[in-house]
Amino acid sequence: MQQAMMEFWDGLPVIMQIMTKIMMIVGPLLLVVAYTTFAERKVIGYMQVRVGPNRVGPRGWLQPIADSLKLLLKEVIIPTNSDKYLFLIAPVLAIAPALAVWAVIPFDDGMVLADINAGLLYLLALSSVGVYGIIIAGWASNSRYALLGGMRSAAQIVSYEIAMGFALVGVVMAAGSLNLGEIVMAQQGSVYHWFLLPLFPLFLVYLISGVAETNRAPFDVAEGESEIVAGFHVEYSGMAFAIFFLAEYANMILISALTALLFLGGWLSPFEGILPESVFALPVIGWLLGSGIHWLLIKTAFFLFCFLWFRATFPRYRYDHIMRLGWKVLIPVTILWLFVLGVAVALGIGPWFA
Amino acid sequence: MSTAIRQFFKTFLLWELLLGLKLTGRHLFSRKITIQYPDETTPISPRFRGLHALRRYPNGEERCIACKLCEAVCPALAITIESEARDDGTRRTTRYDIDLFKCIFCGFCEEACPVDSIVETHIMHYHFENRGEQIMTKDKLLAIGDKYEAQIAAARAVDAPYR
Repeated sequence: MQQAMMEFWDGLPVIMQIMTKIMMIVGPLLLVVAYTTFAERKVIGYMQVRVGPNRVGPRGWLQPIADSLKLLLKEVIIPTNSDKYLFLIAPVLAIAPALAVWAVIPFDDGMVLADINAGLLYLLALSSVGVYGIIIAGWASNSRYALLGGMRSAAQIVSYEIAMGFALVGVVMAAGSLNLGEIVMAQQGSVYHWFLLPLFPLFLVYLISGVAETNRAPFDVAEGESEIVAGFHVEYSGMAFAIFFLAEYANMILISALTALLFLGGWLSPFEGILPESVFALPVIGWLLGSGIHWLLIKTAFFLFCFLWFRATFPRYRYDHIMRLGWKVLIPVTILWLFVLGVAVALGIGPWFA
Repeated sequence: MSTAIRQFFKTFLLWELLLGLKLTGRHLFSRKITIQYPDETTPISPRFRGLHALRRYPNGEERCIACKLCEAVCPALAITIESEARDDGTRRTTRYDIDLFKCIFCGFCEEACPVDSIVETHIMHYHFENRGEQIMTKDKLLAIGDKYEAQIAAARAVDAPYR
């Protein structure tokens, strides 16, 4: 049976193989995005001592489906004085990079769509492209609020990209590779080999700028409901609006997955090197405790939960405070730690880096 | 100096933020206070003042004796009463109208009534579809009283010790 499957798979044209792989990544991703919106409403509701959505389907499980159906059926209104083409291209520019970055994310050892050796650069490049969607949406809407939102988001993302990039430089220095799979493999050994401990300041910087990069609370000045209505997407409705949300949540999941990959050893099991080898040889428990895609999913889910947790906890930053934090705190901290790291790597100090 | 150092470390260790996260994290597991409204309702006081009703005696005779105390006490002038002597010599209302658009549901009419005739029930869900339906006529009020007599009597009985 397996033999036949493999033969069938190898018999397929390469383009079909690639399309199938893309489907296997994008399909579940969109499903997770849909249910992240549900989880967000539930988690924030619970933190506010409410119960959240619970009317559609059993315990509200069909809520995201109802939401997306509603948005699909709604009219996409194009403002009269807007730039029609840019207005419609903006959501595409937002979603395309958010989905394309998943090509280089390794889910397990070798389980990656495009195993390119400059994966991290590709990732940084594409996540920067995502901001164009927001800026163009803000500009094309021909609305003051939208333009303000777009400008804010542009300035913010540009500022935090630097801190984020520098934090990733630390990871690259520690791993000695730009390939995400190799970065994860460099953390092999045990929990103490993960980059979380030696790069802890960079981890924090990365997480904070990751939240800022995705325009999530408490850095959501781009949409700032109380100040500029909904920011860059005031004029959007129906599916065009939904696509911005899709992109935002896909980016959230991406940042969570990246944090897990870069600092928490991705699919590596935390029990590795702690429990004796014989435990991993056990039939089911061994598989559960051993390294595998489930550990990546668990770690990603945790950081995703943190995103929602932050949103439920922190009030929105004032705009100038965001700039202050980005330029005067995060970047100096990152550079300082990069220096420490450089010295440690050069002198061979510390048990972590070869 | 030491406060400055402490402040520095508090800032960089995100101490206050962690406290905030702890607070919301605790609430995540606390018991939810939401009432699932159409399925569950909050308890209603026996003194709840909802839609009006006119009551009858157990023998079927209407209680109202057209004393017009309710009309006199009504601060919103929502009640209009006309009366005449019936063939058996008792005074009865020929018209008993409550304009629900004027009514402020203060419950003074109920307090003023010497025979417990006009009462306010626990009914809080009702609507009007046409102009004029907001006038509760005697017939409508009596019908409500007949329909909800058990509930009205029970609420009165619970509240009796405090009157």
